[in-house]
Amino acid sequence: MNFRRAFLILVPYMWLLALFLVPFLIVFKISLSDVELSIPPYTPTLDFSAGWAGFKDFLSQLDFENYVWLTQDDLYWKAYLSSLQIAVISTILTLLVGFPIAYGMANAPDEWRPTLMMLVILPFWTSFLIRVYAWMGILSNEGFLNQVLLWMGVISEPLTILNTNSAVYIGIVYTYLPFMILPIYATLEKLDGSLLEAAEDLGCTRSGAFWLVTLPLSRPGVIAGCFLVFIPALGEFVIPSLLGGSGTLMIGKVLWEEFFSNRDWPVASAVAVVLLAILIVPIILFQRQQQRQQEADR
Amino acid sequence: MTKGIATLLLTVSMGATAAVAEEVRVYNWSDYIDEDLLTKFEEETGLDLVYDVFDSNEVLETKMLAGGSGYDVVVPSGTFLQRQIAAGAFQKLDKSKLPNWDNLWDVISERTAQYDPGNEYAITYMWGTTGIGANVNKVKEILGEDAPIDSLDLVLDPANMEKLAECGVHFLDAPAEMIPMALKYIGEDPDSHDPDVIAKAEEVFMPIRPYIQKFHSSEYINALANGDICVAVGWSGDILQARDRAAEADNGVEIAYHAAKEGAQMWFDMMAIPADAPNPDGAHTFLNFILDAENMAAASNYVYYANGNKASQEYLVEDVIGDPAIYPDEETLNNLFTTTPYPAKVQRVVTRLWTKIKSGT
Repeated sequence: MNFRRAFLILVPYMWLLALFLVPFLIVFKISLSDVELSIPPYTPTLDFSAGWAGFKDFLSQLDFENYVWLTQDDLYWKAYLSSLQIAVISTILTLLVGFPIAYGMANAPDEWRPTLMMLVILPFWTSFLIRVYAWMGILSNEGFLNQVLLWMGVISEPLTILNTNSAVYIGIVYTYLPFMILPIYATLEKLDGSLLEAAEDLGCTRSGAFWLVTLPLSRPGVIAGCFLVFIPALGEFVIPSLLGGSGTLMIGKVLWEEFFSNRDWPVASAVAVVLLAILIVPIILFQRQQQRQQEADR
Repeated sequence: MTKGIATLLLTVSMGATAAVAEEVRVYNWSDYIDEDLLTKFEEETGLDLVYDVFDSNEVLETKMLAGGSGYDVVVPSGTFLQRQIAAGAFQKLDKSKLPNWDNLWDVISERTAQYDPGNEYAITYMWGTTGIGANVNKVKEILGEDAPIDSLDLVLDPANMEKLAECGVHFLDAPAEMIPMALKYIGEDPDSHDPDVIAKAEEVFMPIRPYIQKFHSSEYINALANGDICVAVGWSGDILQARDRAAEADNGVEIAYHAAKEGAQMWFDMMAIPADAPNPDGAHTFLNFILDAENMAAASNYVYYANGNKASQEYLVEDVIGDPAIYPDEETLNNLFTTTPYPAKVQRVVTRLWTKIKSGT
């Protein structure tokens, strides 16, 4: 019995070890090394083959110059802040679009729900990259959106949307919308309808019941959805590089520059480690919230 | 780029169906070959060709320096080739396996020897210039009949750029070419490795950066061709491809390419074999196939870039060999400059400056 339990606990920890901790330590190790023109392009600071002597050598040479470097150039902080801003705004936008959809789905007749669910998931069957490319076609100056708006007479000059931050927001909201809808839908669907009836019986208006009952009870879904959107949006690289313009500053792009243009793997790794540190705080908060949720359900 | 994706899908499906035959994996620039040649290669040699594409030297270099890329033939530009040779990324060519070697054009090989002394590691695939592509009618509509479409004034003078911004301007996302261009414009040595001189490029770009819609190294082909933008600083052949796509689409867009009269950068794309190539024999077979005069001519006729193959010239169509934008005359040729790779410390200065130019911070 105990053995089985230990095994069950071991599996997720092994997962964490193999897919998170080990890669993280490798990246962290690279972040402490120096650039060199070779394959791979950095000096190995920690030599395992030399055993204990190698480790002592490593400790004596240990410096955090790549982290110090990050503090010396305001580019990195500006990029972190700007990523944070883009991630927060897109999360709010996604919530504003996603909540009504989830609410509508949860209140739809039972026989429609599988179809609606299918429609939300369906876009995933097409490659993410192709969908972002499709947006380039829609948003460009000569694109579908401008053609329709010009034809309808809404605008007289084509709008420049592609290659601006607006296009990045559109891209992120579109891409991550299902991650917002699904958890909210899951909580709203489980919502006990008799609570709403009780609220109305006690003289609450329908909209009042929504604000006082539905919304607070959907909170776990909203929080889960927000994290699922916020975390990947913060480190997003593909969407800003395809839809964004030259002024779109995001940490994902800075990381790319360090890695590819400067061939500076150590500094790129340092940027990644700091990004992870920034991300881990909301992830821990999320974890706590989930735990509390589980305990409450019990 | 869409074609790039199609190729990628094609290679994926090819790789999946016939993993039995021997494979040669080639990593080349996007939109850079006549795809009929790829089929021809497979038919002639019985080898399976896996053909992937990239659109920046930086991406290729990172794969090379990471090692284990799995490619047999890659195509870095001269300066990048030089640095990667120094890092030990390539193996020397076995010229006994390249009977078509003598087709190479000495005029070009002499120039590429500055990156690869003795031409030991690489053959020249294509070469070209970095210059200005303009949608002639739109630009003249905005700047008047005497718009300086053959001069750096068009893209580096804020007065012109301010007006051109409304119809869209793209710049290459390639600091190693854009910064030399700016230095040339202000009369400095374009190949300067002095951080103080390089810093002067900032003064050139900062006033015009609000008017640049995007820094990208492949999107401008389509964007120019379908009229989304009216000016691009780009690579000669790419802009000429845009010209032809527009002509094919018959959409009223007329594109012209000019190597700037102030002087333009000349670059060379070189085919080399990674040190850890899984199939070096197959790689030599591919290089020899490319060195064949008719094959090389077919590639140039398709992509509108000049090649480094003297023997191919008799098979080139008049549109290519007769076009001074592709095969420049003596005078233009003397006006072209080449650059050498930046050392790591200077590279950081260049990249940081470029980030500042692109993002404003």
